[in-house]
Amino acid sequence: MTASEEADAESRFNHPTRREVVAGGITVPIAMSLTSESMAQSRAGNGVSSSAVSVNLTVNGTRHVLTLDPRSTLLDVLRERLDLTGSKKGCDQGQCGACTVLIDGRRVVSCLTLAVMTEGRSITTIEGLAKDGKLHPLQQAFIDHDAFQCGYCTPGQICSAAGLIAEGKAKTAEEIRELMSGNICRCGAYTNIVAAIQQAMGRS
Amino acid sequence: MISFQYSRAVDVADAVRQVAASRGAKFVAGGTNLVDLMKMDVEKPPKLIDVTRLPLDKVEEVTGGGLRIGALVRNSDLAYHPAVERRYPMLSSALLAGASQQLRNMATVGGNLMQRTRCAYFYDLATPCNKREPGSGCSAIGGLNRMNAILGTSDACIAVHPSDMCVALAVLEARVRVSGPRGEREIPFADFHRLPGDTPQRDTNLGADELITAIDLPSRGFTANYTYLKIRDRLSYAFALVSVAVGLELEGGKIRTARFALGGVAHKPWRDPEAEAALRGKVANETAFAQAADIVLRDAKGFGHNTFKIDLARKVIVRALSQAARGTPQSQSSKKIA
Repeated sequence: MTASEEADAESRFNHPTRREVVAGGITVPIAMSLTSESMAQSRAGNGVSSSAVSVNLTVNGTRHVLTLDPRSTLLDVLRERLDLTGSKKGCDQGQCGACTVLIDGRRVVSCLTLAVMTEGRSITTIEGLAKDGKLHPLQQAFIDHDAFQCGYCTPGQICSAAGLIAEGKAKTAEEIRELMSGNICRCGAYTNIVAAIQQAMGRS
Repeated sequence: MISFQYSRAVDVADAVRQVAASRGAKFVAGGTNLVDLMKMDVEKPPKLIDVTRLPLDKVEEVTGGGLRIGALVRNSDLAYHPAVERRYPMLSSALLAGASQQLRNMATVGGNLMQRTRCAYFYDLATPCNKREPGSGCSAIGGLNRMNAILGTSDACIAVHPSDMCVALAVLEARVRVSGPRGEREIPFADFHRLPGDTPQRDTNLGADELITAIDLPSRGFTANYTYLKIRDRLSYAFALVSVAVGLELEGGKIRTARFALGGVAHKPWRDPEAEAALRGKVANETAFAQAADIVLRDAKGFGHNTFKIDLARKVIVRALSQAARGTPQSQSSKKIA
């Protein structure tokens, strides 16, 4: 181990990365969601509320059977029940696009989608785009063009761009900008995002 | 969000039966507005009836040359439908001017009609709002009212209807088909949305137990001379400050038929028969357009922050009528205003 590697290792030990913190912290939302589920069930048992529903969700090709409070948004279920934290919660009111996923191949905002209403639909999140260990052309293009700074909006941008390409309505940079306007990037990486999408469009 | 019961309707009759059986129950389809309002506790339905599995997602020809649009047709599907693009390009344009593609993929035609106002005070539970809580007062009058109405307001409410699609439907004189416990009925578009008056809590004349099943478009589509011009605070994905949908029929440089409606200025898409009549037989030029704009805005009233909208509306009306007369409709991707 060289001195600089040693310093790196030490620094990581003393200052865990954000990713490590997030991974460690994941137990908290899971514990919370289990509690709310058991509460929903016990309320149902007491006859106070019978609103909990059983839902079949197909996410990235995998079927999940979940008991959900009908209030659960698809975004919260993805993140807190299925541990798919790629879809981000930005505004939670349909204004930023960070939570964009594909339902039956069409881009939607998962924060305004009630999970119970997606029964039987095929849901694709950012985690489901790479195939056979190979990045989706959009993921590769975003790396090639440095199409992000903080990266928080990126999963939504990429899922939205995948929907855009499937729609086939955007040809020019101007049209890409208009049809990507549902995805806000606070870092302002728009120029590189458009370039990345153009690259992926050329390949797909 | 308060706890609610969830159920799926299997057909239209079942949907109507279910909503009649549960006081305060609401239909949900795209959910883009209702779910948002429920998160804010502005809407608190004890039950949601999911109508998305009903067979109301077709666009069909009707006799007489019109088009019937199922209430569950998604906004994006309608905007890109070949028959709509070809025969009702103003509607297609207005749809693409609204929201984002994600929301257009979710939002349905029926739900678009039922959108509630985006007035900030309607969303803010900490402030009085007659629409949210009748009798509590209007915070927008004398408050931050930049986005609020200048036409058809009342002492109770100055909210605007946020839809773009509905502005085009007003010009096209669509008819709203609804189903209820007493059977089916048709509502002319002009009678669907209401002015606030002293009952701003009621946005539409749809009964609480009625379901929108379709929108019928008459054959007249104004394919040669139309536009949808929307002015907003940013170039895309924002509600209108002022928008104008125009449909003209010209004959030798003169106006045979003129229809235009304004969005972003009133509690409903705003048409003025007098202004339209004033254009009939006139040479299609800016003088005539400015006169029509003056007629529309004769009773316009600003509330401080939104007073600029009166002058803006005048300019947007003239510009939109000019675009339509020239046959150069506003592009919704190039933002240059010709």
